[in-house]
Amino acid sequence: MAIDNGLLQEVSQFLYQEARLQDTHAYDEWEALWDDDAVYWVPANGEDSDPEKEMSFIYDNRSRIALRIKQLKTGKRHSQTPPSRLARIISNIELLSAADDGIHVAANALIFESNMRGETVWASRNEYTLRRIGDTLKMTRKKVALVNSDKPIYTLSFLV
Amino acid sequence: MNVEVPHRQWASLIEPGRVHGSLYSDPGIFNLELEKIWYRAWVYVGHTSEVPNNNDYVTKSIGPMPVLMVRDRQGEIRLLLNRCPHRGNPVCVIEKGNRSSFTCPYHSWTFANDGRLMGYAFPDGYEGVNKSELGLSSVPRVAIYRGFVFASMAAEGPTLEEHLGGARRAIDQLCDNSPEGEIELTAGFLRHRTKANWKFILENECDGYHPGFVHASIFSIADSKIGELYGAESTALTRDFGNGHTEVDLRPEFRRRDVPLSWFGTTVERLPAYAAAMEKAYGPDRARKIMIDGTPHVMIFPNLFIAEIQLFVIQPICVDESIQHVTALQFKGAPDLNRRMRQQTMGSVGPAGFLLADDSEMYERNQRGLAVRDPEWLFLERGAHRERRDENGFLVGHATDDLPSRGIWRHYKSLMETA
Repeated sequence: MAIDNGLLQEVSQFLYQEARLQDTHAYDEWEALWDDDAVYWVPANGEDSDPEKEMSFIYDNRSRIALRIKQLKTGKRHSQTPPSRLARIISNIELLSAADDGIHVAANALIFESNMRGETVWASRNEYTLRRIGDTLKMTRKKVALVNSDKPIYTLSFLV
Repeated sequence: MNVEVPHRQWASLIEPGRVHGSLYSDPGIFNLELEKIWYRAWVYVGHTSEVPNNNDYVTKSIGPMPVLMVRDRQGEIRLLLNRCPHRGNPVCVIEKGNRSSFTCPYHSWTFANDGRLMGYAFPDGYEGVNKSELGLSSVPRVAIYRGFVFASMAAEGPTLEEHLGGARRAIDQLCDNSPEGEIELTAGFLRHRTKANWKFILENECDGYHPGFVHASIFSIADSKIGELYGAESTALTRDFGNGHTEVDLRPEFRRRDVPLSWFGTTVERLPAYAAAMEKAYGPDRARKIMIDGTPHVMIFPNLFIAEIQLFVIQPICVDESIQHVTALQFKGAPDLNRRMRQQTMGSVGPAGFLLADDSEMYERNQRGLAVRDPEWLFLERGAHRERRDENGFLVGHATDDLPSRGIWRHYKSLMETA
């Protein structure tokens, strides 16, 4: 597909914004990026497992995303009290396709987490499906394929 | 450091109402636990449903040590040690699969999946060598109870049935919730790495004192009745089955509610296919009783935790690091229930779970807290004044009492004191 530089720039800005909202624990603003038919998926045991049949670290629909945010906002989500300090790099942003069913994007993420346990580096290959609503973009699907999803991982209670 | 602690010292570290912090932090004690618990006593390894077909295998562990759980060519379950007798390499590095033999990639020694050495490259170099002594080692004792596969690295000792004792009731109770009387582990495991000693995890599993506090964030916002089960007014019981096995028996609360499937937060109307299959299998009266009582909350010493809808395996890695392996329980013949069990499991447990992320946070804080020098002890006396015997002679107490921890430590001490 010919590169639509305008769209690429718009999508990149959206992903950087999402990353900033996650890094800064701006929970409401992050939740507002999702559309109603959302799927937020972090597979376990490789990236090709079937989340309807096999365990995933996260496999949230829209209402479970809302519950996740609500829990974080109670202030009693102990694994995020105090919250992890985070900085993430989003890179290798690639427009895969743009059609009626949405804008499909791939990107890599590298996250540095510092919390009471210590410092943890997380790396993932992400896939996003975005939808244009009026003059904004919304997320309908985000898949975070951790490169070490086939190994035991530490607690992952910040927004990945 | 690997110094034998003289027998008399265990009593100075483990008292009836308190235990010394070094039990969780001393690498020498961890090494002794490997010898006296993990590589001697009965340890849960896996479930037969994980290797349904002949020649299926899956990589499992006994403590920090990897093992291969295999269903051999004849259909028998075997536990093989994954170490080539030649140069020590693992003969299998792929997590699961189906194969009738394993070939070590280093010098091509090939083993049948019953462990027998079938052949090595350039055999003329081994003239006079007895090939039958160079197979893969097997775990000396393997025993299966209702599909649950246990291992003991000791050639002699109590039988599995003796070891499980009264805790067999809890496993039976679990299996009864399947219309076919069997559970299956088919959904794959989440693996949660935790910077804490394995015994903090073990003791927390039947600690009914913590849920209202550690999990307040989710109980306060989700439509969950779990909090009530562990409240001051709860009629649920903690129980010490002996041999280190403990449970929180929630049946008194569920019987008080008297609503089938209330234990799972649902109703017969919402799971009609399951309820019908249960009635067909057990008759209406027994099915109703099973569906009121629900599944157990039982910790089988030292590493198998059945938590109503999940199965956890606790794996020690070193003195201050452990892995929690967890999957959704699945009941044979109950697809509609199983789907919901998977969804609820993914929400609540694992590294990102609404519940387990916070439990694990507590384990890691437990471990870090040990660096503070005073007091040196952990206090276990809650409910000591109200322990009593149930109709089977097992100690029981209030849902929030430390009775399970006291039972665990009694058994632990007897194992560690055994030469």
